Amino acid sequence: MAAQRDKSRTIPGTTVFDGAESRKGYRINKFAMSFTKPENREAFTADEEVYMESWKLSDQERQFLRDRDYRGLIEECGGNIYMIMKLGTCTGHGLYHVGAQLRGQTFEDFMATRNAAGAR
Amino acid sequence: MAKIIGGIGTSHVPSIGKAYDMGQQDEPDWKPVFDAYKPVQKWLAQLKPDVAIVVYNDHGSSMFFDKYPTFAIGAADTYPIGDEGWGPRPLPDVPGNPDFSWHLAEELVYNEFDMTVCQELLVEHGFLVPMNLCFPHEPSWPVKTVPIAVNVIQHPLPTALRCYKLGQAIRQAVEACEDDLRVVIFGTGGMSHQLNGTRFGHLNTKFDNDFLDKIESDPLALTELTHQEIMEEAGAEAVELIMWLTMRGALSDNLTRVHRNYYAPMTTGMGLIALEETA
Repeated sequence: MAAQRDKSRTIPGTTVFDGAESRKGYRINKFAMSFTKPENREAFTADEEVYMESWKLSDQERQFLRDRDYRGLIEECGGNIYMIMKLGTCTGHGLYHVGAQLRGQTFEDFMATRNAAGAR
Repeated sequence: MAKIIGGIGTSHVPSIGKAYDMGQQDEPDWKPVFDAYKPVQKWLAQLKPDVAIVVYNDHGSSMFFDKYPTFAIGAADTYPIGDEGWGPRPLPDVPGNPDFSWHLAEELVYNEFDMTVCQELLVEHGFLVPMNLCFPHEPSWPVKTVPIAVNVIQHPLPTALRCYKLGQAIRQAVEACEDDLRVVIFGTGGMSHQLNGTRFGHLNTKFDNDFLDKIESDPLALTELTHQEIMEEAGAEAVELIMWLTMRGALSDNLTRVHRNYYAPMTTGMGLIALEETA
């Protein structure tokens, strides 16, 4: 069987969403997936703390959510980018805001690195 | 006999759908994307396919990590528009051809491709952006569809070679159908992009253009790429490109290239290639 991944060759600045990440992130990702239902988006917007409690999120997950710390949700809690994106309607933070945070840049500095930032 | 008459490889970047819905097609930074699809729309309008098989991945619209299938096939009369977290896009539901889907499922499973069959499936940007870019939809879509979903988001993923072989099996399955259907197949996703870590926004234009060359002329070389190699070169999320190999595996080598385009405005290489079977 040809190896598809060489785990000894880590890719700098990269998290590969595999079984370990998916297990670690199961709760936060399921929470984020719930945002595909409008009533859940409304519940989160009405009272974030009550909605987070209803999902029994960990203290760390709750704090990252309060802080809109997407780097923490993804890198430390196992959040999957496609699930974390679903929070955007409620938080007002789109992909490029999240991306700039992951890179440790301001939104403006990140956008300045793009070829045609009008296509956002 | 049903036959495959063409294939399209295309990115499925969600922001394109949003730009379309907001009417930004003629804005300077968006125009190159939308203009690139005009020749393909015209070509498809002339080809008049009966069915589009769309190979895509679900990004958490109809599928979640509680049970995420490696290969799945839609077998519904209609595919409603999914809510990805920001409300469903204002597009009409997409018609299916469940008889043809079940035929394909039977052929594929007996040919040792063990598909998960989905009788309810919400479709989302992975499927809808290519459809939206290539076909008109008002008042309804001009083609019936067979969604084929591939796991490219939760490793372990199927190999590039496996995806190519699935395409070959799809071709056999199509040709085993006695109905006189004209079929096009889409391979969607990619090209280079990474959406996590400090490497967010990684692009590799050279890799993407080389992939566009080889998907046409030397797809077997691409089947040798490992996930590791694709991720190192083109970014973690670029592994979506293995779905283009399913499209290419379903085609012969007697092809005419109708159109090709590449544009990388933001965080994803937006590639397009349209290939027609030479009669």
